[in-house]
Amino acid sequence: MADKPIQGEKRMFMTGNEVCAYAALAANVDVMYGYPITPQNEIMHYWTRLAPKHNRTFLQTEDEISAGFTTCGGVMSGKRCFTATAGPGNTLMQEAMSMAEMMRIPAVFIIQQRGGPSTATVIYSQQEVTMTCFGANGEGLRVVYSTSSHQELFDYTIKSFNVAWKYRFPTFVLGDGYQAKMRESVTIYDPEARGIQMVDTYPLVGLPGMPGVDRDPAHLRNTYNTEEELYEVVKDLVDAYEKMAPEIVEHSTMECDDADVVILCHGIVSRAAIEAVRNLRAAGVKAGFFRPITLRPFAKDALRPIAEKAKKLLIVESSQGQFAKIVTDALYGLTTPMETIFKPGLGITSDEIVNKVKAMI
Amino acid sequence: MTVATVLEPKMPKCWRQETKPHKFCPGCGHGDILKALGTAIDELGIQDRVVFGCDIGCSLLSWDLFNCDSIQTHHGRTTPVMTGVKRARPDRICIAYMGDGGGYAIGSQHLVNAASRNEKILVIVANNVQYGMTGGQMAPTTLPGMKTETSPYGRDPESTGNPTLGPEMVAAITPDSAYVARGTMANLRQLTQMFKKALQNQIDGNGFSFVEALSACPTNWRTNAAKTWEFVEKEMTKYFKVGELKAPAKKEGQ
Repeated sequence: MADKPIQGEKRMFMTGNEVCAYAALAANVDVMYGYPITPQNEIMHYWTRLAPKHNRTFLQTEDEISAGFTTCGGVMSGKRCFTATAGPGNTLMQEAMSMAEMMRIPAVFIIQQRGGPSTATVIYSQQEVTMTCFGANGEGLRVVYSTSSHQELFDYTIKSFNVAWKYRFPTFVLGDGYQAKMRESVTIYDPEARGIQMVDTYPLVGLPGMPGVDRDPAHLRNTYNTEEELYEVVKDLVDAYEKMAPEIVEHSTMECDDADVVILCHGIVSRAAIEAVRNLRAAGVKAGFFRPITLRPFAKDALRPIAEKAKKLLIVESSQGQFAKIVTDALYGLTTPMETIFKPGLGITSDEIVNKVKAMI
Repeated sequence: MTVATVLEPKMPKCWRQETKPHKFCPGCGHGDILKALGTAIDELGIQDRVVFGCDIGCSLLSWDLFNCDSIQTHHGRTTPVMTGVKRARPDRICIAYMGDGGGYAIGSQHLVNAASRNEKILVIVANNVQYGMTGGQMAPTTLPGMKTETSPYGRDPESTGNPTLGPEMVAAITPDSAYVARGTMANLRQLTQMFKKALQNQIDGNGFSFVEALSACPTNWRTNAAKTWEFVEKEMTKYFKVGELKAPAKKEGQ
């Protein structure tokens, strides 16, 4: 066996896309399937340089539809596989993602959000929240980690493979073009050196033994004949998802206990919000911050008491309310006043948040 | 005293008896084509290594037909799923089974690119010149002048082009190590041989294998048995020539 790609720990200064490639390598990923689209290209670039040295493989497919479905095929063969995409590519890949939901295929998808709708920009947005969480004809039975830093890109890419294979739901690392292209410091590590055991993978097809003699054949399908038959299947999927949810749901908070205004955001916008809370606190304003790390499942139970206690809420996001829809759904019935900063496809600074909060009190 | 004689229906060993009779309409070509495929799998002794993938459309009804590990995928997406399976597990023998809509319309980009990359899988397209499961719409393969639900006055090549020639296209874009043929449900012995050669080509690790099988859909064609056979044997073959287009030379010692 080839040497471990990362021995122990290493402090590095690199782009987010490079971080994702190293994380996949460290997570013992076998195959990446992918199709070029900005801003995720360098995940493929680094993977194709690193993978052959460690007996891992890559296939550049004809489009994102194919990248999604080859990934599903590879996973059903029992290998740790992933793909990465963005924007219109995420749109095309929804079809494979819905098959992964229905058939419990533990595929991992890295999404580096770019501007939308349509081709838009190749740079940045948080406009793929609805699509990544609830896309395609399905019920959003997906795990979605919204990362905010290179360290999180590394940590949660590794975690995604373990969550996917432990619970068998498609799992997403939701980054963005800023995280993809920016360079910053990160500690990359061998998961084992941190006591992280990679969850074993296993084939869903191509099992040992003669089917029909030694065992039943694996007959995997996503088509059903009657409403009742489908209802039972989807109910089981939802039950399994809801059983998993409390075990994996994640969020983080800052200074929420006595906060008059709680800022709600996710992903890279959290960094502006953290800075804003620091500045506001320094100015004597009681501001706090709540950030879901998993957008699916959503930390509803953790958020509700905080939102109930706060005098006001401020939702901040680089889209026209996609995140706000998830939040308001979770807060149904509460009457805490809520204001928003919606900047579709645009970055948000701490100053904007500070000024807004000051205007709210 | 009369002794009842129960005739066991003759079916390939790799067919799953528990799921028979199969789900296809009476007179449908899928059953015959899949019988030929089953015979080829039996004769090559590869049942335990096969991963069978089927598409959307009537081909999906084969999802539990074999005693082989099987994946029913999405419309047109069987080729990439089986590509993914094969790339991750090269020791498996992967078969992507679909209709002409899946192969030549919604999944054509996958077929073209899998063929160009010379993926070591077998793609089988059952060509019955229309969409069966959705109720008889025009397909890329619908013959000129033929009436379907979406070409009720007959297919006009002027506005909808000529029928897609799948094996000819695949033969044009694959290297010599590919196997490409068109068979027919009207000659199952020949079709079985084609499947055997196509599978052997994959077993040998040579390259892409592609077999189109002319098929029948009396339900949507609204034809009786005689008319159905006449159409498959006489009308379809005027446009779709049956035979091998590409057969790699046998390797030394085989």
